[in-house]
Amino acid sequence: MKRFRWLPMPVHSLLLFVVWLLLNNSAAPGHLVLGAFLALTIPLLCAPLQIPQPVVRRPLLAVRYVLRVLGDIVVANVEVALLVMGSMRKLQPAFVAVPLELTSELPLTILASTVSLTPGTVSAELSEDRRWLYVHALHLTDEQALIETIKSRYEAPLKEIFAC
Amino acid sequence: MNFWVELLITILLLIGGIFVLVGSIGLIRLPDFYTRLHAPTKATTVGMGGILIASMVMMTNNQGYLSLHELLITLFLLITAPITAHMLAKTALHHENRALRRTRSQHLMECAREQQPPKPADHD
Repeated sequence: MKRFRWLPMPVHSLLLFVVWLLLNNSAAPGHLVLGAFLALTIPLLCAPLQIPQPVVRRPLLAVRYVLRVLGDIVVANVEVALLVMGSMRKLQPAFVAVPLELTSELPLTILASTVSLTPGTVSAELSEDRRWLYVHALHLTDEQALIETIKSRYEAPLKEIFAC
Repeated sequence: MNFWVELLITILLLIGGIFVLVGSIGLIRLPDFYTRLHAPTKATTVGMGGILIASMVMMTNNQGYLSLHELLITLFLLITAPITAHMLAKTALHHENRALRRTRSQHLMECAREQQPPKPADHD
């Protein structure tokens, strides 16, 4: 039997508290109390449902990763906008299988989401053994280069961040 | 309102509007389901981002305190957009929705549907 803990998910508690204040757009004492109450009770209810995930080992790298992804999202948007407005005949869509080295859920989810948000690719499916990510590319010029980019630009930093 | 603030808000709104519009145009113009997924997931993130930042600047300017609601909307959009796209792509694969004829490596669609590692193409 595990010992009862009052703060089973401290990071989530903090996040809930901040999100509550942001939702209400105020830091009045009433909201502080209500936010603190929610931040304490919701994790208590949810903790038994939790599946253990690797934790962030390198927070600074994580911040850099987020900034890089934000920048890439803007680039991706401009690229896709240009493709959409251009000639449809020139489009060369393709499916690509990207070999993966990550195995746990959280990093994989982040990687798949990043792939969907960035230049011309949407993650479509993951193989059962979690070794391959199937990606649909809107306009593929070089398959190897795309796989290389995903692996070095997104997967490698994620591996470092979660140290797995 | 200060002229420069107004100008900034207008520019942000215009950028946002243009990107959302392009996303919708893409939805009509793109040839098949899989390519259509790209337009709404991407073109809208920057579009919504622009509109939300404009709202943030305006509210902060008008009410005199920092308005941070909009950051939350952006965050939720960033979390939900790729998941929606992923679910839609998955569903399309499982419904054996056909891709555009010139799509490359179509044999991978079958492997993806079965959630198996990729097999080499039979003939290509």
